[in-house]
Amino acid sequence: MRRRSFLLSVPLLGLAQALGCTDPRSHSHAVYLLVDTSGTYAQEVDKAQVIVNYLLGSLQPGDSLAVARVRSRSFSEKDIIAKATFDQRPSQANAQKRLFKDRIEAFTSTARGSVKTDITGGLIQGALFLNETGAGKKTILIFSDMQEELDKSTIRNFPIDLKDIRVVAVNVVKLNTDNIDPRRYLGRLEDWQKRVEAAGAREWRVINDLEHLDALLKS
Amino acid sequence: MADSPFWMIWPGNAALSALLWFVIAMPFLYAARAPVHGLLRSLGALAGGPLRLAARSLLATARELRERNRAVLLAQGREESEERIAREFERVAALVKRDLEGYPALQRRLLDEITRVEEDYRKCGEVPPPPPEWVEAVAAVAKIKPNGNELVQHLLEEINVSIKAIHDKALAEYRRSYQARHRILDGFMPFWRSLDKTLAQADRKMTSLADRAAAIDAQMERYEAVVKKTDKAEHALTVSAATQFFIATLVLAVAAGGALINFKLIALPMSEMVGAGDYLTASLRTSEVAALVIIFVEATMGLFLMETLRITHLFPRIHSLPENMRKRMLWASFTLLLILAGIEAALALMRDMLIADKQALLQSLAATQAHAADGWLTGIPTAGQMLLGFILPFALAFVAIPLESFINSARTVGGAALVLLARAAGVMLRVAGNFFRQLSKVLITLYDIVIVLPLLVERLAKNAHPPAVRGGRADLKVGERP
Repeated sequence: MRRRSFLLSVPLLGLAQALGCTDPRSHSHAVYLLVDTSGTYAQEVDKAQVIVNYLLGSLQPGDSLAVARVRSRSFSEKDIIAKATFDQRPSQANAQKRLFKDRIEAFTSTARGSVKTDITGGLIQGALFLNETGAGKKTILIFSDMQEELDKSTIRNFPIDLKDIRVVAVNVVKLNTDNIDPRRYLGRLEDWQKRVEAAGAREWRVINDLEHLDALLKS
Repeated sequence: MADSPFWMIWPGNAALSALLWFVIAMPFLYAARAPVHGLLRSLGALAGGPLRLAARSLLATARELRERNRAVLLAQGREESEERIAREFERVAALVKRDLEGYPALQRRLLDEITRVEEDYRKCGEVPPPPPEWVEAVAAVAKIKPNGNELVQHLLEEINVSIKAIHDKALAEYRRSYQARHRILDGFMPFWRSLDKTLAQADRKMTSLADRAAAIDAQMERYEAVVKKTDKAEHALTVSAATQFFIATLVLAVAAGGALINFKLIALPMSEMVGAGDYLTASLRTSEVAALVIIFVEATMGLFLMETLRITHLFPRIHSLPENMRKRMLWASFTLLLILAGIEAALALMRDMLIADKQALLQSLAATQAHAADGWLTGIPTAGQMLLGFILPFALAFVAIPLESFINSARTVGGAALVLLARAAGVMLRVAGNFFRQLSKVLITLYDIVIVLPLLVERLAKNAHPPAVRGGRADLKVGERP
């Protein structure tokens, strides 16, 4: 904490004691990472480990993290690979992070590609998880090419609720068809932005450069 | 012109239109001269009056404040002088008790030594016994002139031999006697030295007592000046208070730096105890508050420690406690401070461990090879942190001393600043009040300049037909009041 906030905290402490209250708002951060394992994108899964490591290094005690895979149908708890709400004590939180890292490493080494890509189902599942944590800041990271492919029986064409959630698309690689016509890529991102914003999301962002992951958690 | 403003009497010529308006308005302005003058005077008084009143009130307040400050300052100075004089007397009492308590013994020793020296001196004065009386008879016989008689010659030779033997014996006796006296004089030396040492010791004690007396005199002079409420004493006390204030502020700032370091040492490990996720405000964690509380408790214990040691005088109740109760409180506060210092040292160690653990985690996440740490080198910062954590609470305890100076001097400095502020505000308000009054006069004159033509006509008319005023006051000028 800086000197200014230290000096500020002195009268604040007295005031807080006089009022006998603490800040009721939650200051914790919950992050839900969706990892696309469909089709050709399955070979990008190793990069997801980098993101998870960054998140483990950045999240604080009391924060929550969940990593789930995107498959043909992703609206299921079974797709959550690992989840944890880190302990309030830093030493315990560090132990949890080590365990979390091991589980993700095991997943990336054994991940198999799926036929279809149900990003919407993953988003709904992620929103449910984040709302359950009761965190003050909620972020869904989508590690995918954002090309959704659903089978005929899967229904996802209805409004979803992403209120107060930041949605960040990470490593949105260009498909072969995008290279032929870049408007497809741009149009795809634009469609997702519209859909996410219509769902009430607080922010939509695309981060393709994995060297600048510091923007992942910054709103 | 159709698009000319409505006030333009002469279309297209603003200057001429304005002139015409001025000419038309002049008689009305002349007619309204007295009420307008009255209005301007009233406005001036309306704005200036309250300002002057407020200024007077502020200056009076400043005077009162100054008097009160002076009274408080002199009372503080008097109290301080009394305390210093009392302390000087305590020192003198201790000095007298310590040094002059043994004065009778010292005097007895001195007298003994002097008596002994006197006796020895008397012994020195004892001369060898005079030669026997028959020596004179022999001397008379020796004066007999030799006349060649063998018997006489033989007798004289015998006498000569006897005299020589007696002379040698007397000389030996005399030498022995002087040797004895020299021995006595030699024996004087240790007594002289002892006497000199004793007298020097007595002189030193007397000088110390004289120094104390001089210090008491100086304090008494100061005290008398304070009691007489002289300006010099007041000035000296004010300067002293200002100096104390700035020094105390500086020391408190340094102490705040120490508290900040202390805070940094224990804020992180406190999260291990009270959790890192609770927030008191948007940016203030409960763990940080807990760390602050520990620091404040340490400072408070330090305050009590200084108070019970009678170094500071912030709590009169503590000073009025019975001696045994005061000692108990002293030991209680010291023990608590010691425990808190121990806790801080442990927290500092935990901080180091937590940082190391976090570092190891980050290295494993970054998949880089951890550096092989040199055992004793990495131990230095840990030991340093622990030592700092242990020492800082005790260092913070001494904050009580500058804090007391700060509180005492802040009353004087703050009061003086308040007086200055009130005076400055009073002067500003007075200037503003005068400005409005003068402004009304300037506006009245300007008004008369605007309607100078009708005023000239009025003067000419009055000069042509001077009014028959009794008492020869018809020479009054236009605009002047009788």
